Amino acid sequence: MTSTFLIAQTLNSATFAALLFLVASGFTVIFGMLRIVNLAHGGLYLLGGYFSFSLLRLTGAFFLSVLLAAAAVGLLGVALLALMRKLLSGHELAQVLLTLGLTFVIADSSLLAWGGDPLSIPVPAWLQGAVELGPLVYPKYRCFVLGVGIAVAAGIWLLVNRTRMGALVRAGVDDAEMVDALGIDIERVFLWTFFAGSALAGLAGGLGGVFLTLYPGADGEILVLSLAVVIIGGLGSLEGTLVGSLLVALLNTFGQVLFPELAYFVVFAPMALLLSFRPWGLLGRPS
Amino acid sequence: MNVPPFGRLWAIFALAAAAAGALLPLWLSRYYLDVSTQILIFAIFAMTIDFLAGYCGRVPLGHGALFGVSAYVLAYTTARAGGSLAAGVALGVLGSIGLSALSALLAVRTAGVYFLLLTLAEGMVVYGVAFRWTSVTGADNGIQGVVRPAPLDGPVAFYYLVLAAFLAVLLALRRMVRSPFGLTLHGIRECEPRMRSLGYNVPLHVFLAFVISGFFAGIAGALYALFNGFVSPAVVSLSQSSQGLVMVIVGGAGTLVGSLVGATLMILLETWVSLFTDRWPIVLGLVFMLTMVFAREGLLVKGRALVERWVGSALGKP
Repeated sequence: MTSTFLIAQTLNSATFAALLFLVASGFTVIFGMLRIVNLAHGGLYLLGGYFSFSLLRLTGAFFLSVLLAAAAVGLLGVALLALMRKLLSGHELAQVLLTLGLTFVIADSSLLAWGGDPLSIPVPAWLQGAVELGPLVYPKYRCFVLGVGIAVAAGIWLLVNRTRMGALVRAGVDDAEMVDALGIDIERVFLWTFFAGSALAGLAGGLGGVFLTLYPGADGEILVLSLAVVIIGGLGSLEGTLVGSLLVALLNTFGQVLFPELAYFVVFAPMALLLSFRPWGLLGRPS
Repeated sequence: MNVPPFGRLWAIFALAAAAAGALLPLWLSRYYLDVSTQILIFAIFAMTIDFLAGYCGRVPLGHGALFGVSAYVLAYTTARAGGSLAAGVALGVLGSIGLSALSALLAVRTAGVYFLLLTLAEGMVVYGVAFRWTSVTGADNGIQGVVRPAPLDGPVAFYYLVLAAFLAVLLALRRMVRSPFGLTLHGIRECEPRMRSLGYNVPLHVFLAFVISGFFAGIAGALYALFNGFVSPAVVSLSQSSQGLVMVIVGGAGTLVGSLVGATLMILLETWVSLFTDRWPIVLGLVFMLTMVFAREGLLVKGRALVERWVGSALGKP
């Protein structure tokens, strides 16, 4: 195991962690505030990827496609939220199961629309090639994804900790009823949160579709890994999601390379142990 | 105003249904007899989920693993290792019991959504092992060549075996939910803190319920392996667990028989829809979503309420 190998795999983990963070942060804030476990979140990731793929085919513009796809997925999320608030208000388990049903619909619709063959989004011209990092040669695109992940994390931190909207989001996660009682339109906060969370998943799909392929089943895989991230980090905690993303990405990447036959086990055993002894995760709060 | 003795009427209805079930081979083609066998196997599987979800209040999303482990062990024992059928069944069920005990050890500390997610994760671990442990499970290719010995290889004989198993499991679970143990589980579902304060050992009860559920899921899994002749990772997948849960919820959680209703509906729907289109998962998803919105308690409860209201208004009211 050379140092180049270690650095390369660590960088791979970091870029994957960036992707996981994008997906998991939406998931955890949605849970923290609305107490909704959106099992269709993985489907939103996949749709974001597929939409980006098709939009890119149509327009040829990478960033435009990815951003439009993310927005479309965000709107889809909002529609889902509206559906749930109207029809299933107060029935937590029913909401979770509804999203489970939606998972089937999204997965099969995607199969119908884009087929079963793995698709990958072509790398935009100026991000092709590699950079030299000392002894290591590393793909430019992956560095870009890492950069986006860091930028989004910083952006979310600024938004949540330095803006009024962010304060409302934090208050909503703490005690949504109280915010409502104080006369603030909590429904609008919920809406924007759900939009942002879903759009982030869609964005991750678009970005991830370049170096991870898009295929039926990718939604389940990313969902399951995101679950591991938010449970390890703590449901409702953004800092926890950051820590969780790094941990899960490291475990997953090194696990796949070193113990391919045990890949899932390496990620889920710690998660299962944590769930049974400390269900609120490393940085969450017991509710 | 006389309310008809619904309890007794439904019991008679149940007996009639059981009799009809026993006579099915006389009317049905080979194909539909196989479908009925499949329905009964999945009804058993769904009942095990209902036992945990409907009666104990813990909704699991990883029961496919408990079901499938038994199928895999039986398949491996008989088709690969040359063991006898009895050995295959025994080891399969033991495998399910072992896996459920292990899963339960972690899961009893959680409830609600966390329990759901934990069982989902546990199921994924088993799926991952089934998918990658090529030397034992055959990975994506699965294990083929499970054969049913002489008297059972005919569709009619096997159907009766499965029907007998279904009735046995139904009666056993029914007995259990009406026992003091079952009532404790019910209490845990209704108000866990109160049960704790009354001195009941809640984790132990949940653990036992989980293992009992796993035992019967193992029986269903063994029957499935014998029915299908072939086992693949799909049998331990999240999809399998989800479909089992859908059957329970559509039929009605907390009713046991609702699982049969749910399994019948979902499998017949799948068989019928597949004649026209490949898009069965979309239909499945939509049916599930619609059920959650309009008939959360399930079709059995809703159907029963509707029938009782009609009959009652026809007979009992002036």
